[in-house]
Amino acid sequence: MSAWRAMRTFAGDAGLVAAKDLRIEWRARTTLGQVLPFALLVLVLFGFALDANRPALRLATPGLLWMTVLFVTVVAAQRSVALESADGARRVLLLSGMAPAAAFAGKAAAVAVQLLAVEALVVPGAVLLYGAAIESVPLVAAACVAATVGLSAAGSLLGAVVAGVRAHQTVLPILLLPVSAPVLIAATRAFADGLGTVAVGGWSWVGLLAGFAAVNVAVGAVAYGPLLEDA
Amino acid sequence: MTVVSLRGAVVLLGGFPALAGADLGVDRGEVVLVSGPNGAGKSTLLHLCAGLLRPAAGQAEVLGCDLDADRARVRRRVGLLGHDTSLYGDLSAAENLRVWARACRVGAADVGGALDRLGLPARLRDVPAARLSAGQRRRVALAAIVVRRPELWLLDEPHAGLDVEGREILDDIVTAAAAAGATVVLASHEAGPAAGLATRTLAMAGGTLTPGPTT
Repeated sequence: MSAWRAMRTFAGDAGLVAAKDLRIEWRARTTLGQVLPFALLVLVLFGFALDANRPALRLATPGLLWMTVLFVTVVAAQRSVALESADGARRVLLLSGMAPAAAFAGKAAAVAVQLLAVEALVVPGAVLLYGAAIESVPLVAAACVAATVGLSAAGSLLGAVVAGVRAHQTVLPILLLPVSAPVLIAATRAFADGLGTVAVGGWSWVGLLAGFAAVNVAVGAVAYGPLLEDA
Repeated sequence: MTVVSLRGAVVLLGGFPALAGADLGVDRGEVVLVSGPNGAGKSTLLHLCAGLLRPAAGQAEVLGCDLDADRARVRRRVGLLGHDTSLYGDLSAAENLRVWARACRVGAADVGGALDRLGLPARLRDVPAARLSAGQRRRVALAAIVVRRPELWLLDEPHAGLDVEGREILDDIVTAAAAAGATVVLASHEAGPAAGLATRTLAMAGGTLTPGPTT
């Protein structure tokens, strides 16, 4: 098989899995009906916790925002695992013969699309709610994309790790939150620069986010097959 | 041509030998019924033959591929009906089959024909699979195998949950598949409904196989 044909097959399989997951999510309305309200609620509650102190909230906006996205990642990754766990559905991925790396890419892409959709509403929401302002749209957008790729890949990979564990709903956050700490730190720094709260060289933090994303994608592509078989 | 060849195959599940040295040879076009009580190892045997499990000891080959080293190739050529139906509950029957057909690269054009063959009424094809009855879901799961047209059919308790019409359709499909050269391994805790289909019956107990029906 030529490299071009192999790439097309890979992209087709990944697209099939992503489209399937997104269609299921659209039907279940989980992201729109539960995850998004959850994210907005967390932002509001953070505001209450800081006593609506505008200067403090403005300074804390990047960190609060990415903590919220991290919580959303946990929920989205759990949903992604649950789709394949119910009624032995993961056997579709195993028996179809598609490359496990393509299945992983599709699962991660579906989670990424959901996260980006949530971020598209939560970022402006946080800016408005906390009285911040976006000073560099390209920096904020690049940080969002790089962080989202890293988080969705980590979530999909660790979701496969815990898929066979009986208490996977509680185990996944325990694994995912520490692993995502570098994203939280780097995305917060990049956003702090992008929102003009602290000048910290935001693009270098975006570079770190891209590196983290690349590592997670590579590890996931290699490890997903064995994890799927063992689940 | 030998399609399934197991010699002293051992499969450990959680350290427990679910298959304890099973010997099995199945030739192309055969319909073999494996009957035995619950927990005898029938499902494990089918999962091993489908390339979903790795033998811990012994030799195991399916469709000429070694199950220790080349399970991915086996998985592309078998159809497995397990206890669960492997359907996405929020997708309709037709959507489930289209996803499956595209993933297997067999083309989604046959989806309607497969559902026709399984007798699933048109009004139910766009209903989410989670809202179908157990028997209807079973029919959709069988349709997925029909769509793929595998070389080896592995059917675990295939008659379970099916009504009389569904059982007759299943029997017709299995008979036609075998006539077309496919190999079929059926597993059932009761020989009754599947016995008429089988060209050979084996008994299974304690993770091993012996010729003849369970007594």
